Amino acid sequence: MLEITIFSLLNGTVYGLLLFMLSSGLTLIFSMMGILNFAHASFYMLGAYFGYTISSHIGFWPGLIFAPLIVGVMGALLERYALRHVHKHGHVAELIFTFGLAFLLEELTQFFWGTDQQAYKGPSLLDFPLFTLFDANFPAYKAFMLLISIGIFLGLLLVLTRTRVGLIIQAAITHPNMVNMLGHNVPFVFMATFGVGTALAGLAGTIAGPVMGTYPGMAHDLGSIVFVVVVFGGLGSLAGALVASLMIGIIQTFAVGLNYSVSDFLVTIGVSFPADHFLHDIWTMTLPQVAPLIPYLMLILILIFRPMGLFGTRET
Amino acid sequence: MSDVKTPMLDVRDLHAFYGKSHILQGVTFTVGEGEIVSLLGRNGVGRSTTAHAIMGTVDRHGSVLFRGEELINLVPHDIARKGLGIVVENRDIFPTLTVRQNLLLGVKNIRKAGRWSMEDMFELFPNLRERADVMAGVLSGGEQQMLTMCRTLMGDPDLIIIDEPTEGLAPKIVAQVASLLEEIARRGVSILLIEQKLTIALKISHRIYVMGHGHIVFEGVPDDLIHDESIRREWLEV
Ligand SMILES: Nc1ncnc2c1ncn2[C@@H]1O[C@H](COP(=O)(O)OP(=O)(O)OP(=O)(O)O)[C@@H](O)[C@H]1O
Ligand SMILES: [Mg+2]
Repeated sequence: MLEITIFSLLNGTVYGLLLFMLSSGLTLIFSMMGILNFAHASFYMLGAYFGYTISSHIGFWPGLIFAPLIVGVMGALLERYALRHVHKHGHVAELIFTFGLAFLLEELTQFFWGTDQQAYKGPSLLDFPLFTLFDANFPAYKAFMLLISIGIFLGLLLVLTRTRVGLIIQAAITHPNMVNMLGHNVPFVFMATFGVGTALAGLAGTIAGPVMGTYPGMAHDLGSIVFVVVVFGGLGSLAGALVASLMIGIIQTFAVGLNYSVSDFLVTIGVSFPADHFLHDIWTMTLPQVAPLIPYLMLILILIFRPMGLFGTRET
Repeated sequence: MSDVKTPMLDVRDLHAFYGKSHILQGVTFTVGEGEIVSLLGRNGVGRSTTAHAIMGTVDRHGSVLFRGEELINLVPHDIARKGLGIVVENRDIFPTLTVRQNLLLGVKNIRKAGRWSMEDMFELFPNLRERADVMAGVLSGGEQQMLTMCRTLMGDPDLIIIDEPTEGLAPKIVAQVASLLEEIARRGVSILLIEQKLTIALKISHRIYVMGHGHIVFEGVPDDLIHDESIRREWLEV
């Protein structure tokens, strides 16, 4: 049990911080544009694919640098030359645009790389167990992911709260016109924030690709969880995104690790049901089997009991 | 720099629109170097829209010359960087940032010292110094008004547009606002003051314009307006 607890906490934190790398960008972009960018996770996917392609030619480390950069530049250009124009036609047009873009990017990925999972590998430098506990290994690569995520989180926090640019971003989110009239180039700040947000998604893909798989459905698989994270944490709230990312990351990882079912629990308190009972399938369903449902369950619960999300200020 | 005869701000035949509604229908006026000019009028005649049309935050056409340079095709941050500043009417402070951070955001160029330093602001309004590190959202209405004016001054404008700075304030605070306006003028900043009441406008303005629906209906010095009862009755007093 202790083993499961320690490893689930560690793995859950790795997964949770990865979710934060995506949800922080998504929620910042939401605060600025007022819409959810459905294509956000597609940039995560592109990060993994670009990382894979670059790493297979010149190695993992250059990929780690260049893949997120390329993705960030793509994001900035997208804001500047597409979204800014679509924005004039209202939120619905923007939503449909990002929705279509997500499909387009998935199709393009399949067109260029095919539908198979890619053999994207982490660096051999980190290909060893960092420590072994109760006969289980904790790979050095995961510790590396953890370090990068924490670094990104601290960097984001510092820039947003301690620098002039961060102040301008914070003010521009709520009062773009006023900040603009004070002489700050708000359209550029928006483009740059969009670029950084997508670059973070790309970075998440670049470092997660080797462990979570690099395949065309990866944007869709993680995208829906990230969507849950930002709604659960409260749309537009960075603190909410952090708490929700860690919660969902850790809860889901625990659920996968705990191989128990309701009937196991009932047996310990002396209740048992015959194997032909009509609810037998439900009693014996194990936690790992329901783990994928947990985020959506949390989404439904928060929408019923606190529709603005944990830290949100507006109704969703 | 600028010819003595050309006004600092020269607005000609300015039109502005909110969607399909045509709000400004040919507004023409000038503000000279070092002058305090008031733009008066009743609710809804388009005074704030005039301010926003000059700053480039509404759809507009016509001509806005600042020291002879056309601003009509520029974006708001470039207009601000030409030397214009605005204090909007709804006290648009950044409520989740501190007083100090609000002031810092007013600075356009951190490498160049302007007419005003943060220390000047704190000297003028000791209240702001005391509350320098609290969230601006918890300040009183009067303090928020001072903060928005100081924030714009931190950007060292050569011409400042101030929209209804005394609205809803206690007489004591109104007096403070008036003395700040005089201090601004003393440091060589031109002022376009937008007001509804005559109280401070008559006292401090060099010239006055009165706006009707979407255009200027009166132009003169304060004395002219004091003696022109029909204009006051038709366009100002309720
Ligand atoms: N954002 C907006 N969208 C549509 N119409 C607007 C908007 N802002 C102002 N208006 C309209 O434009 C007209 C002029 O408004 P403006 O704010 O310029 O008036 P004002 O002279 O400043 O008066 P006051 O500040 O007392 O309301 C009004 O009829 C107002 O209803
Ligand atoms: Mg007004």
